[in-house]
Amino acid sequence: MPEPLVDTGPETGIHAADQILEFTVPAAAAVIETVDSGRPRHRRDFVMWLAIGWLSVLTFLAVFADYLPFVDHYTTVFPGEYKQPPSADHWFGTTKIGKDVFSLTVYGARLSLLIAATAIVLGLLFGGTLGLISGYFRGRSDAGISMGVDIMLAFPPLVLALAMTNFTSGRIPRAAAVIIVLAILSVPPLTRVVRASTLVYSNREFVIASRSLGAKNGRVIFREVLPNVMPSMLTFALTGLALLIIAEGALAFLGSSVAPPQATWGRLIGEGRTELDDAWWISLLPSAVLFLTVLSFNLLGDILSKRFDIRESSL
Amino acid sequence: MKYVGRKLVRLVIVVLAVTMLTFLLMSLLPGDKAIAIGGPGRSEEEYDQIREQWGLNDPLPVRYLTWLGNTLTGDMGVSSAFNVPVSQLIKDRLPVSLYLMFYGLSLALLVSIPLGIIAAYQANRPVDRVLNTGAFGLLSVPNFVMAVLLTFLFALRLQWFPAISEYVAPWDDPVAHFKNLFLPVVTIAIGEIAVFMRLLRSDMVSTLQNDFITMARAKGMTSRHILTRHAFRPSTFSLITAAAVNVGALIGGTIVVEQAFALPGMGNLIVEAIARRDFLVVQMCVVVFSIIFVLANFFVDLMYAAIDPRIRHARALG
Repeated sequence: MPEPLVDTGPETGIHAADQILEFTVPAAAAVIETVDSGRPRHRRDFVMWLAIGWLSVLTFLAVFADYLPFVDHYTTVFPGEYKQPPSADHWFGTTKIGKDVFSLTVYGARLSLLIAATAIVLGLLFGGTLGLISGYFRGRSDAGISMGVDIMLAFPPLVLALAMTNFTSGRIPRAAAVIIVLAILSVPPLTRVVRASTLVYSNREFVIASRSLGAKNGRVIFREVLPNVMPSMLTFALTGLALLIIAEGALAFLGSSVAPPQATWGRLIGEGRTELDDAWWISLLPSAVLFLTVLSFNLLGDILSKRFDIRESSL
Repeated sequence: MKYVGRKLVRLVIVVLAVTMLTFLLMSLLPGDKAIAIGGPGRSEEEYDQIREQWGLNDPLPVRYLTWLGNTLTGDMGVSSAFNVPVSQLIKDRLPVSLYLMFYGLSLALLVSIPLGIIAAYQANRPVDRVLNTGAFGLLSVPNFVMAVLLTFLFALRLQWFPAISEYVAPWDDPVAHFKNLFLPVVTIAIGEIAVFMRLLRSDMVSTLQNDFITMARAKGMTSRHILTRHAFRPSTFSLITAAAVNVGALIGGTIVVEQAFALPGMGNLIVEAIARRDFLVVQMCVVVFSIIFVLANFFVDLMYAAIDPRIRHARALG
């Protein structure tokens, strides 16, 4: 049974911040929304389609990499063609051991996207459940979950990721370890987001009405609350996807993601770094691809959040 | 004051919980700790001696309390990978990271505050559009990409700064100190600038809709005065919150950036310690990082009261 609205969980620095933001922002949010949509609608749509287009092309390449004539397998080596600059044969140039950088980037896309997407789905599943529970039932379960989230957030995420991928190496496949770690890292923020919007919705009239009609908690959560929480969940998932691609890149940059010869973008960028002086393309061209991808996800997240009218401050 | 006391207690609890969790994680990790500490290839007696000396035979809670007691009394043990006292390592490495974070955060605030104010004042005009688009683009550049890009442009092509930074204490040689830290600091600051600017802008835009701003304008005050004296202070909540929450990202940033520029700081230390299974050092680094994070959040909480009298009153009452 939800308690009165005033109690918004244990008081911590961040929660206190939430409260303050909720006090100051709502009235303003409407204003910002109308002000921001001053940008012509069709131009925003155009940008959106550009982002979708880029992601589609990338996904297509990643999925069908094995069958495309212009993509070589990531183990293919071209003897004698070391550190070749970009050309018609090698669009992104070659590495110091004679691998085609474009092909590596395409295979990198496959792994990077797969890892990030799997992790965010797992994160949504667990974070969403925890957030719904703590936002809907409040009380003790909320206090426990919120405390757990606080502790998790006080833990430096990159350190946790590094420790877990390193110490489990040799026991489980590296890719799986990375997915698990990233999923764990995405649970606390998603829990917080879902909890925040569940708190709002579980006190709305239609929820109270449903409950007074005798609906059980499970029904209220899945039929009344969840559909309303969904948009903000999905929007944050898009941004989260971008963040996880970056996180995997950082791990790979530090040499703690998948093992060679498999490649992700971060590994290409990190390893090309030592060749920056005479072969900039090894590092900088995958960087550009990574940037465009992250930018696309961020753009889509941004557009969606405007469409669903989701406030950034609930983070 | 009661409020501050309550907060402090909570803060200690969170730090303790983090140490406990770290300890638990470390002990759950696979591998014989005695081998990790003493190195492989010793006799069984020697390993037994190490186990005895480090208390590895004790049950977990006892071990945790021993470690906690030792740490609190200043004895952090000896690093197995570096063969020096852990306290010495932390003392050597911590300043580098603190400088990096402090400069990074200061630079970010120094750049983002004026930009945020300008963007809010010029909301939806070309200046604002350009700033917003720029910030959005910057948000999509991961710090390791930025590090590579800056190294390429300013260290390798233009050769203004060293590609591999050394740490020089500011009192030894201030010029070299800043020259070496410049690229790492800029790398860290750029990501934060985008976040801070966007937050300040959106808060400021809403503050500017308030009646007291109209009032100030009606009284004939200059835009400059209104923006910096009236509108700025109530618009800083999101900014300050983000600055505190971002300390986590900042710590992650220093790890990546220190690695990218080979700076000998805490981030570098922890990566090495993890790779060489030096549990004591990893543990201590995590504790230090968590304390930094929790303290930052604590100060931000106090800042709210300093900025907004309404919160001060509410807290005094509750």
